[in-house]
Amino acid sequence: MDDFYRDFILDHYRNPRNFGTLEGATATAEDLNPLCGDTIRMDLRVNDGGIVEEVRFSGKGCAISQASASMLTEEVKGMKLEDVAKLGKDIVLENVGIGISPTRMKCATLGLRVLKSAAIGEIAGWPDEE
Amino acid sequence: MISLDERKVERIITDFPILAKPTSRGKRLVYLDSAATSQKPQSVIDALVTYYSEYNANIHRGVYEIAARATDAFEAARETVARFVNADSREVIWTRNATEAINLVGYSWGLNNIRRSDVILTSQLEHHSNLVPWQLLAEKTGATLRFIPVDSRGVLQLDDLDALLEGVKLLAISHVSNTLGTITPLELIVPKAHAAGATVLVDGAQGVPHLPVDVKALDVDFYAFSGHKMLGPTGIGVLYGKRALLEAMPPFLAGGDMIRKVEYEHTSFNDLPWKFEAGTSNIADAIGLGAAVEYLESLGMDWVRAHEQELLGYALDRLAPLERRGLAVYGPKDPQLVSGVLSFNFADIHAHDLASILDTEGVCVRAGHHCTMPLMEKMGWPATARASFYVYNTRADVDALVDGLEKAAQVFKL
Ligand SMILES: Cc1ncc(COP(=O)(O)O)c(C=O)c1O
Repeated sequence: MDDFYRDFILDHYRNPRNFGTLEGATATAEDLNPLCGDTIRMDLRVNDGGIVEEVRFSGKGCAISQASASMLTEEVKGMKLEDVAKLGKDIVLENVGIGISPTRMKCATLGLRVLKSAAIGEIAGWPDEE
Repeated sequence: MISLDERKVERIITDFPILAKPTSRGKRLVYLDSAATSQKPQSVIDALVTYYSEYNANIHRGVYEIAARATDAFEAARETVARFVNADSREVIWTRNATEAINLVGYSWGLNNIRRSDVILTSQLEHHSNLVPWQLLAEKTGATLRFIPVDSRGVLQLDDLDALLEGVKLLAISHVSNTLGTITPLELIVPKAHAAGATVLVDGAQGVPHLPVDVKALDVDFYAFSGHKMLGPTGIGVLYGKRALLEAMPPFLAGGDMIRKVEYEHTSFNDLPWKFEAGTSNIADAIGLGAAVEYLESLGMDWVRAHEQELLGYALDRLAPLERRGLAVYGPKDPQLVSGVLSFNFADIHAHDLASILDTEGVCVRAGHHCTMPLMEKMGWPATARASFYVYNTRADVDALVDGLEKAAQVFKL
């Protein structure tokens, strides 16, 4: 776990990409991890062709939740909604690199959960447990 | 030089088998999360094993030998716990935990005594267990919830206590804060609350494990605590209540064991404390809690308190230099005012990341809101890391915490 916190993770944590809220967002979702109180909000602007044109995230929490949300926003720009709907936790794991401990998995997937809620509406479970 | 006390703690450590087991990374287990749940000494584990392997039987009404033995052990544990907090054993009701004890009072006493015009007074630092039940009670009855404020150190602000107590029917307050360790001056508050006509419930989940507690001297009406935070098993807790109050209260749950005579249309209820113990009790864990109390008695609660104060003082000294590098220690930072709890954040490292890094060094701390979300919100802390001490902790554990924080500083390139 200690080697999880590599430079690019700390960089995304301290300088999150696409951070803030989005004027003219067409979809927004917000959620918290009730276990730890971490929060993430995602604003999307989706065009008529169903493509994510713009994305912003905001939130508070640990390096894992914030860095993985930040990385996700870089990836999702230009993606089709139907592809966003198909995203599973493997994308998060690929992004953050080596494995995170099971106890922190929800930190890593919180951003994905919120992104998918914004893109395809409320989802009940956690990614890959839906 | 090793002091006498350190020798004593070295001996105590050998009573806790879990502390001899290294972590999966081969580190010594440094357990600093006793405020969440404590470790268990061998004597408690043995009490459970002995019950299950030698005299497992249901209690009360059994005529054969092992049933009588189980009943005796179960009731003897009640006597032990009663003695420990200076209560009468009829006033000691077994529950699952402190939470259930508080809820029992909310439903049985609260619904029958709280009216629309009444005020329920609690504080801004309560555990959710001593807040949510009163929110529900206030919703059901139309009563008003009022809060004793805390200052920026997390200390209760009692200057306006007299005004706060006006119209109060129930004061529900914790003995010790689980987030900051701050100790409530019950000896000052309880007489005033009584003078104002209030009934007083104390959430003692962090009180009984760490301080000498005498419910008669404190003169509290109800006092709730959990076995698992005081070296005992999970699944067993206690509600102490003054006898007259308990006698007047209707049963909380209904069923077997809590009855005297049942007819098809009507039932008369059992005496205290069994009136509140419907169904088969948690026999093994009650017996285990008895063994835990005997263990604490053998150490002496004055010693327990002094030991935690000593460790907290040492920890505050060791952590002070890190404050220049962004460590923020919360609470009054005065071992006289707090029990062995230390809440902190380190620079821009989130508490969860801090706890994960400490975990790699075998150091167990809790991170998050500690079931006190409103307090965290008020203080402006998204989360804190919390180290909490108990009888088996040593200066070496504090040193391991400090080393772990140094490692976190390195990992996060502070
Ligand atoms: C102050 C306080 N009150 C109540 C509780 C609830 O205890 P339990 O979960 O054992 O019912 C706790 C435990 O975390 C606590 O620290």
